[in-house]
Amino acid sequence: MTTTTTTTTTTTGAETLVPFEKVLESYDPAMGLEVHVELNTNTKMFCGCPTRFGAEPNTQVCPTCLGLPGAMPVVNGKAVESAIRIGLALNCQIATWCRFARKNYFYPDMPKNFQTSQYDEPICFDGHLDVEVDGETFRVEIERAHMEEDTGKTTHIGGTTGRIHGAEYSLVDYNRAGIPLIEIVTKPILGTGEKAPLVARAYVAALRELLLGLGVSDVRMDQGSMRCDVNLSLAPKGSGRLGTRTETKNVNSLRSVERAVRFEMSRHAGILDAGGSVLQETRHFHEDTGTTSAGREKSDAEDYRYFPEPDLVPVAPSREWVEELRATLPEPPAVRRARLQQEWGFSDLEMRDTVGAGALGLVEETIALGTSPQAARKWWLGELARSANESGVELTELPVGPAEVAAVQKLVDEGTLNDKLARQVFEGLIAGEGTPEEVIEKRGLALVSDDSALGAAVDNAIAAHPDVADKIRGGKVAAAGALIGAVMKEMRGQADAARVRELILEKLT
Amino acid sequence: MTDLTRKTAAELADLLAAGEITSVQLTQAHLDRIAAVDGGDRGVHAFLHVDADGALAAARESDERRAAGQPRHPLDGVPVAVKDVLTTRGLPTTCGSRILAGWLPPYDATVVAKLKAAGLPILGKTNMDEFAMGSSTEHSAYGPTRNPWDLDRIPGGSGGGSAAAVAAFEAPLAIGTDTGGSIRQPGAVTGTVGVKPTYGSVSRYGLVALANSLDQAGPVTRTVLDAALLHELIGGHDPKDSTSVTDPVTGLADAARQGASGDLTGLKVGVVAELAGEGWQDGVMTRFREAVDLLVKLGAEVVEVSCPTFVHAMAAYYLILPAEASSNLAKFDAMRYGLRVSPEGVAAPSAEEVMKATRDAGFGDEVKRRIILGTYALSSGYYDAYYGQAQKIRTLIIRDFQKAYESADVLISPTAPTTAFRLGEKLDDPLAMYLNDLATIPANLAGVPGISVPAGLAEEDGLPVGLQILAPALADDRLYRVGAAAEAVLTERWGGPLLSKAPTLEATL
Repeated sequence: MTTTTTTTTTTTGAETLVPFEKVLESYDPAMGLEVHVELNTNTKMFCGCPTRFGAEPNTQVCPTCLGLPGAMPVVNGKAVESAIRIGLALNCQIATWCRFARKNYFYPDMPKNFQTSQYDEPICFDGHLDVEVDGETFRVEIERAHMEEDTGKTTHIGGTTGRIHGAEYSLVDYNRAGIPLIEIVTKPILGTGEKAPLVARAYVAALRELLLGLGVSDVRMDQGSMRCDVNLSLAPKGSGRLGTRTETKNVNSLRSVERAVRFEMSRHAGILDAGGSVLQETRHFHEDTGTTSAGREKSDAEDYRYFPEPDLVPVAPSREWVEELRATLPEPPAVRRARLQQEWGFSDLEMRDTVGAGALGLVEETIALGTSPQAARKWWLGELARSANESGVELTELPVGPAEVAAVQKLVDEGTLNDKLARQVFEGLIAGEGTPEEVIEKRGLALVSDDSALGAAVDNAIAAHPDVADKIRGGKVAAAGALIGAVMKEMRGQADAARVRELILEKLT
Repeated sequence: MTDLTRKTAAELADLLAAGEITSVQLTQAHLDRIAAVDGGDRGVHAFLHVDADGALAAARESDERRAAGQPRHPLDGVPVAVKDVLTTRGLPTTCGSRILAGWLPPYDATVVAKLKAAGLPILGKTNMDEFAMGSSTEHSAYGPTRNPWDLDRIPGGSGGGSAAAVAAFEAPLAIGTDTGGSIRQPGAVTGTVGVKPTYGSVSRYGLVALANSLDQAGPVTRTVLDAALLHELIGGHDPKDSTSVTDPVTGLADAARQGASGDLTGLKVGVVAELAGEGWQDGVMTRFREAVDLLVKLGAEVVEVSCPTFVHAMAAYYLILPAEASSNLAKFDAMRYGLRVSPEGVAAPSAEEVMKATRDAGFGDEVKRRIILGTYALSSGYYDAYYGQAQKIRTLIIRDFQKAYESADVLISPTAPTTAFRLGEKLDDPLAMYLNDLATIPANLAGVPGISVPAGLAEEDGLPVGLQILAPALADDRLYRVGAAAEAVLTERWGGPLLSKAPTLEATL
């Protein structure tokens, strides 16, 4: 396997990939997930600069977040509050006293050439989050959730890799420097076997849902406000040991989390099967191919020379405050799911599929806009899930939201559309053809509600199928289906089948 | 007009208040004095940068306020010099280093902002050992400052510029910073008054950090009362400095006035056994013992106290300081401000290569020595043995102080073991240089306040000796009460202010 740090290959090169099912015959996977979440505080972690996403580069900066000589940090109380609420929601202990440390290393996007981060004294520790995969509950143990600051954002111009090596020059935007981050680190996740990729995905999805519910972050994986690093190792089946791990950085969608685990399991197995040993290193994930490639080698020799940040006093949240914050926690996701399932009358399977597709919130919002639970579920898990899957995006990333789904379903309920036409409307919406009304207009999708036009089509159908008409006249109402089909065919599907049936029965009985 | 430079700040404040002089006259007198004695090969070289235009503009505004009957502060219009380690908006701030050549800070340190808000014209920035590392000001990248008592001798350090400026009557007031004695030791060897306030009682925001947990800004003056007036002005809580204490900094001038009456009845003075003995210059010890006797005559009771851990203070200090400094100085990497050097013979240098070349060219030997020491002390595997142990020593030193203050209200010692040595004498012997701070370092490690007041001239060389007085944290007023009493009785003993015995400097240009 390659050990160069500048490789740009996105193919698997000479690596042998073991088919996923085969991996499990010989190995047990162990995972560790590190999730960085940007908090949505109004100001940065250690200064008063605004945190608005997408501002002109280097316009949201000050002496402190630029690391100018003499400037000093002050802890953002709101960020501490968010950290504690996250910790409580993850069933963590909250430290009575903890400090920030300096993580020292040189990099141009680090204004001070050290990152102010919690190290051996995290504010939250020893928690857990239960996640469900195919009806089975997995408890993911949380080792810690700690506060730190984001670095600047570097864009490397020139060169072929988009990385610093080989670039002609680099641009640094310090707007991101100092944005509050919470890093949530799991303990090794063991015993997941073939479900490892799904558990990883379900964990990140559940964490995302929990953070959304807390209102502490935008958790936009596409904008980098939630970033996941996937640690993975394999050990011989049943050995109970932990193998050498790789850390795949910046896996930035739920689907990619699943794919990264799957790919690394196959790749590790290929190396181990061939008698090789896995190199402990950082890997880059490639969204387009679902593969990883070697990044810089990560060795334990990397020495960050941590020591307590002498410019900050310890954070010592009082127990009273912690309890006040506990009282502000929203309904836990599991409790919420149980409540919604009952309210909506979903079966266990329906509920599981809804949660598994990451559609719970979308369905809930759609229902809140007046759509029936079954209709909301039908669209999100059917047409829309299919479409998202085809284009490799999350449901939330589709250009169709709860408002559009509710609007389309309303048109179905009113008889303007039928399901078949509604699917075409969604197709148009996803293609960016405008509002539902505009798509209907452009594509000419509305049902024909003019009885005279329908009546003519019914007459034609009766004339073309006299035997069927006779059966109906003789009382076999069920035979009407054949005539309805003929009418729908003539109307190219743009007719309300129920109304057609009424017309046929009116004429023949 | 030149006699205005011989007056104390308190006297100048009275003259301004009485309308007998203007701030413009006063400021111009000091600018003239600077022009006469500071420059040239044999000049004092207390200043790295003189801001004549800015100072005169501020003086004019001050005069307008006085004319309108709206002075902002008793010292409104009295000029001040500022050590070049505090940021000044739009004025060069080099910290005595080449690496910050040409940098114009976009913001004022809180201390500077307070001076400006009170209406004190800032004459300029004073010389210092590079990044405050040194005891002689010889480590300035811009050449040494000379001691006004003997131009071939050092003015102490790191704040030799501020002390010499005040001693040479180039400024009535100056700001220094004290990490291990950088205010007090220069005060001792130039026959001036220097105060290191309680850690956290003067804001460090905008003080370019040497060692964050030790640094403290304070007044440099010719009299104890002037120091008290300046200390009250710059002290107080600052929300931009998390380590800033909330206790008000008041009552210091009152304590100085009370002390000047000369009655110390009931005061217990502890003589620290560990801060005397072998290696201490005879003339220094003679003046010290004489000062103790004079305090007894004023009614003080003298007790001997032991602080056994003080013998380890130097070792702990030279681990903690370099550790913090190595991290603080990482930000000087040519990426955002200051010097940028391209490596020779490299066509398209990488960011990393530019960082290396800049830091190699921009830092002096003493700075590099301490960066290497600190990096080593924080390294994985050595942290506990060095930095960790040093922090334990620090705790023991704090306990030594606590115990000593059980039997004494203040502690006293000579400020420095010797009088001013010759330029170049200890430049090649870092350990000998470090030993000069033996008596001043414990106060920084414990965060307690200290003052150095002139104790007379050593018999063997006719050079000034300093008396150090230390008080418990937040009891800075005791420094002023005892300091003013000692000043009064010693002035009487020497037949006038000590500085009246210093050579009158000839114009050097």
